[in-house]
Amino acid sequence: MSDAFVQLSDLTLSYGKSVAVPNLDLSIREGELIALLGPSGCGKTTTMRAIAGLLSPTGGTITIDGRDVTRVPANKRGIGLVFQSYALFPHLTAFENVAFGLRLQKLPEAEIKQRTEEGLATVGLTGFEKRKPAEMSGGQQQRVALARSLVMRPKVLLLDEPLSNLDARLRLEMRTELQRVQKETGITMVFVTHDQAEALALADRIVLMKDGKIEQLGTPADLYARPETAFAAEFMGFENIFKVEGEEIVTTSGRLPLEARPESPILAWRPDAVTVGSGPHEGRVAACSFAGAHREYVIDSALGPIKADAAITLPEVPLGEAIRFDLPLATARGLAA
Amino acid sequence: MNTSMRHLANWSILGLTLTFLIGPFLIIILAGASNTEYLAFPPEGLTLKWYLKVFTVESFRASFLLSMALAVFGTLAALLLGVPAAYALNRYDLPMAETVRTIVAAPIIVPGIIVGLALLRYMVVPTGVTVTLALFMAHTALVLPYAVRVVSSSMTNLRADMEEAAVLLGCSRLQAFTKVVLPNIRGGVLAAFILGFVTSFNQVPVSLFLSGPGVRTLPIDMLAYMEITFDPSVAALSALLAFMSLAIVFTAERLLGFSRYV
Ligand SMILES: Nc1ncnc2c1ncn2[C@@H]1O[C@H](COP(=O)(O)OP(=O)(O)OP(=O)(O)O)[C@@H](O)[C@H]1O
Ligand SMILES: [Mg+2]
Repeated sequence: MSDAFVQLSDLTLSYGKSVAVPNLDLSIREGELIALLGPSGCGKTTTMRAIAGLLSPTGGTITIDGRDVTRVPANKRGIGLVFQSYALFPHLTAFENVAFGLRLQKLPEAEIKQRTEEGLATVGLTGFEKRKPAEMSGGQQQRVALARSLVMRPKVLLLDEPLSNLDARLRLEMRTELQRVQKETGITMVFVTHDQAEALALADRIVLMKDGKIEQLGTPADLYARPETAFAAEFMGFENIFKVEGEEIVTTSGRLPLEARPESPILAWRPDAVTVGSGPHEGRVAACSFAGAHREYVIDSALGPIKADAAITLPEVPLGEAIRFDLPLATARGLAA
Repeated sequence: MNTSMRHLANWSILGLTLTFLIGPFLIIILAGASNTEYLAFPPEGLTLKWYLKVFTVESFRASFLLSMALAVFGTLAALLLGVPAAYALNRYDLPMAETVRTIVAAPIIVPGIIVGLALLRYMVVPTGVTVTLALFMAHTALVLPYAVRVVSSSMTNLRADMEEAAVLLGCSRLQAFTKVVLPNIRGGVLAAFILGFVTSFNQVPVSLFLSGPGVRTLPIDMLAYMEITFDPSVAALSALLAFMSLAIVFTAERLLGFSRYV
């Protein structure tokens, strides 16, 4: 823990009497890019607000760069936050929004101008200096908000779904840009996302949250290949998750035998881990969609629907026809109960 | 009803409304221009002498200045109290918010005569504060409800996270207020000022009780003048004041879309 740059210890965050985040422990290394991933309402924003100093914890401590900042006011922490709602200043132009923090520091005008223009260029908004927030699209506003925080060169930059309002192309572009800025400046970043692909692509480590608690924490490769719980597996794209009883898979609609008795009480398969076109079991095609490199089948089986990807070389099986499949133990991920 | 009849009905309603709104104004303008020694309508002959005489009446000049001062400083004081109050009511989940709103609105709900009498009976008489001070306090209180309401309505779109963003960029809470909140409610504050000014300037019932030797607001002074003299100069003065109010509201509307806030 000695190399922790941001350290949350036993942090409890509440709104009145209701506890949103109980007893959270998390340590973030300097220069790390952390993704906070989790369903709506799991406490991502709440945790960010606490780190930023906008929400006083009801218990526990926050340490940044070796200094206990639990009681340090938000404007003295040197932390940037890009709000989920952008929170731009409507009366100021894009330029003045970005320059706002620099002006407060009473920097020389030339430096303010240079850093602000640099910031706007980083987010691809050169030429938008004179626009007011109301005259910009959601994505552009989001990028102004990002630039406004970046130019402050904060010790820690928190981003609450910074890319949620961008179209696919811009999103990819900003993602790369964010990664570049992060590597260049070495700013420690924590960003919130709903999108597991984004978390996997961007983060050094992913914190998967559920109901205010950390469900699993690890590198993208770790989480992708080795989710530990059904919740984590579901988030990482394991679409077929089943309970095991003895040597059988059991669901409310029926059961299927396995080739051997597995060690885990729950087994999960990604769609591409399911064998299609051959195997001991038979189901009917409930849906089939073309996805470029493969076909995505929904197979109506004794277990209920099973999602399975089939190679494009396999001839398409028409809707309603019988299709053979297998849930091989070899490609299954075993999960804790 | 067929369309042409409906049109006729609409136009008549519009016409009647305008007549009742503008009619009295026209009557006053014309009555003030009557070339007679007494108020007359329709005017008998036209002259500007009553309009000019208004400026020579000594007591009018003094009471105009008092009314102006009351309207300006009373409204400023009301804003000084009202802006923070509106901010607090909007921003924080105050336990007594509804009660506070009701208390603040009280001076417009309670009839002015009662407010004036109460101030005289329970403040001026027992404590011996000067009538001017009592007037100032009364006008502040009367304008306060408008200030709170108008400023409040300009704050409803102001999200708390803007101030939080400002704080994270280095502002203190107070700086966040002056640099982010105030510029965004400027229109509302100006609108509240104008509304407050006009309300205070035209206020009669409360001021009626709060006048002393040499201390009279302009409307009260006009009443007093009419008890002695019955020449058309009071009508002329009324017309001038109406023009003043109109000019203020018109400018405000052109400058900042005043009617959005009221
Ligand atoms: N101001 C508030 N007052 C009371 N409860 C709140 C408040 N803000 C959030 N909560 C509650 O705290 C919990 C966590 O909310 P939070 O905003 O941190 O979720 P989130 O993970 O950011 O969700 P989303 O992905 O939808 O933004 C939720 O149950 C929410 O209802
Ligand atoms: Mg959130």
